[in-house]
Amino acid sequence: MLKQIEGSQAMAEAISRCRPEVICAYPITPQTHIVEGLGERVKTGELQNCEFINVESEFAAMSVAIGACAAGARTYTATASQGLLFMAEAVYNAAGLGLPIVMTIGNRAIGAPINIWNDHSDSMSMRDAGWIQLYAETNQEALDLHIQAFRLAEELSCPVMVCVDGFILTHAYDRVDVPAQDRVDAYLPPFRPRQILDPAQPVSIGAMVGPEAFMEVRYLAHHKQLRALRLIPRLSEEFRRHFGRGSGGLLRTYRTEDAETIVVALGSVNGTIQEVVDEMRTAGSRIGSVSICAFRPFPLAALRQALEQAKRVVVIEKSLAVGLGGHLSDGVRKSLSGIVLNGYTVIAGLGGRAITRQSLRQLFKDAEADELDQVTFLDLNADLVAHELEREAQARESGPTAEAILRRIGTVASQIN
Amino acid sequence: MEMQPIKFYQTATFTVGNRLLGEDERSVQANMRRTNSLNSGHRACQGCGEALGARYAIDAAMRACDSRLAAVNATGCLEVFSTPYPETSWQIPWIHSLFGNAAAVAAGMAAAMRVKGRADVRVIAQGGDGGTTDIGFGCLSGMFERNDDVLYICYDNEAYMNTGVQRSSATPPAARTATTAAVGSAPGNVFGTGKNVPLIAMAHGIPYVATASVANLRDLEAKVTKAMGIRGARYIHIHVPCPLGWGSAPADTIKVARLAVESGLFPLFEAEHGEVTGSTRIRRKLPVEEYLSLQKRFAHLFGKPRDTARIEMIQAIADRNVERFGLLG
Repeated sequence: MLKQIEGSQAMAEAISRCRPEVICAYPITPQTHIVEGLGERVKTGELQNCEFINVESEFAAMSVAIGACAAGARTYTATASQGLLFMAEAVYNAAGLGLPIVMTIGNRAIGAPINIWNDHSDSMSMRDAGWIQLYAETNQEALDLHIQAFRLAEELSCPVMVCVDGFILTHAYDRVDVPAQDRVDAYLPPFRPRQILDPAQPVSIGAMVGPEAFMEVRYLAHHKQLRALRLIPRLSEEFRRHFGRGSGGLLRTYRTEDAETIVVALGSVNGTIQEVVDEMRTAGSRIGSVSICAFRPFPLAALRQALEQAKRVVVIEKSLAVGLGGHLSDGVRKSLSGIVLNGYTVIAGLGGRAITRQSLRQLFKDAEADELDQVTFLDLNADLVAHELEREAQARESGPTAEAILRRIGTVASQIN
Repeated sequence: MEMQPIKFYQTATFTVGNRLLGEDERSVQANMRRTNSLNSGHRACQGCGEALGARYAIDAAMRACDSRLAAVNATGCLEVFSTPYPETSWQIPWIHSLFGNAAAVAAGMAAAMRVKGRADVRVIAQGGDGGTTDIGFGCLSGMFERNDDVLYICYDNEAYMNTGVQRSSATPPAARTATTAAVGSAPGNVFGTGKNVPLIAMAHGIPYVATASVANLRDLEAKVTKAMGIRGARYIHIHVPCPLGWGSAPADTIKVARLAVESGLFPLFEAEHGEVTGSTRIRRKLPVEEYLSLQKRFAHLFGKPRDTARIEMIQAIADRNVERFGLLG
């Protein structure tokens, strides 16, 4: 059914139709509306046979999820930013135990300085935790990916994060098609756990493993992700046949045939990138883009296939690997082993800095002329940085950096173009 | 002829007394059909109070719920010595997740059991004092506050024994640990610190809170059985000597535990919905020296000269417990 609703409400409806049996809720902007929506559905009875638990922290949220999932319940939670870091130990644990929990990340920056706006620093911090990570490009895809995520998680017995750009998707009102309950039921069978805590067949879960077997257990976690590389496209294709629209998959190419310049990015920024690609194509540029949906497992082969004929690749990253550049670029470069082309990493949109068509157009033109540095910070205020560096050089006790910068630009809130 | 009244006076365990009792009054452990939930062959140290406490507690719980039980374990000695992969001593469904989340994992399990129509399966969470009073405290308080249907058992050996005897918030004053060395002008753990988690549990108003000791195993079984008869959040705090960490003889574990109770340092009591409903009377109050002097962690109190001032401060703690919980009746 077509509806014009907020992204979080769309996701809540979709998640509700996946019939989660335990939901752990702890508030953090910008994912809060999702669990609020679910809580309301449990209260009204629209979502039945579901325990909605208000926990005391994100660490508890994931821990309750671990217990619930190990006892055989389909389990869901959501978080963002600092919340994901606070639950980090349990995030790794859930994957290590092979528990198919589904969690939404309303992507948001990580402090300090504290910032509630969108970038990918949070989910990137957990990229190696053993969870599958899917990034949504639109509200429709955010909704659809949750339905696929439960299926994927439960088939592999591996937890899945659905990463959704905070505010840009979670708070945007957009037209979405929310599938009917019977359609979701037909796609997503009831949860049959691979392992369960049951007095009839007692097992010990979470034993200590020493050097004699630890490598093998870890390898099997990697192997599970390699299986996901095959399963994700299959589930996406099945989803397309079942619901009549494409969503998910490993990656999607946009006008990459004959492209000399290919832009690679995760999530909602792909919409803006595609608009700029269209404009530049009209003006005669041979440019295209790749939207990566599955960041873990990373689609090395599929990406290589998409990029191998290009002359250059521009990776737009909404997270910063401090001291190195970007996280996505690592995977992109790995996928191109043995292929010589120019690669550029562009750090963009940190802490909600708007990524505009105008900035991207100039950036891509610079890339086409091969006039980009290996790592570029899009729309960085170089004067402001230079001034702060100078100020710090002048005084040993120069005080807090972020506050000095805010004073300089004369605002007390984050600057949004 | 003047008759002298004779009082039967139990000074050791109730093992002998068991045979004098009716079948249905005997302890769970005395029954050949006990479940041995924490089976033999695990790797606890000689004289481990925690292994003993866990064995009695879980078997009693199993009897109380007709063996429909699942348990969560915090990281710690009990977890490590019971499950070095691929061996396990647990005869029940058992999960270990992390150090600080046993109460939350248990809450999740209880929720899943409810939603799956298996509310007959009861859930126990267990951890040491570090996993309970320190790192797991947030999750514990959350579980209490929500009144989740979980029995949480803390095996309190008063320090982080698994990592090599470091101070926890359950370490008593003056005790020597690896991080409270018995040197300087105030040797051992400082006075005036630490927290009393049974009292904090009571402050949550949960249905049932009790303290127990491996010196009084019938009482421990009875409290576990009572707790299993109640739904909602329940907490039992069991005092379990650690020969390694306390520097006591492995053969003295029960004796040391009993002296903690009989001196008043570890009061045995029960509380329901935030109110103390009963305490176990001390029949013969003993000075704290008798308890302290058996343990090397307090050896610095008994050097030359004796640290009379600190021993008196510890005695004052015991005296206050005796008064506060009415231990002398």
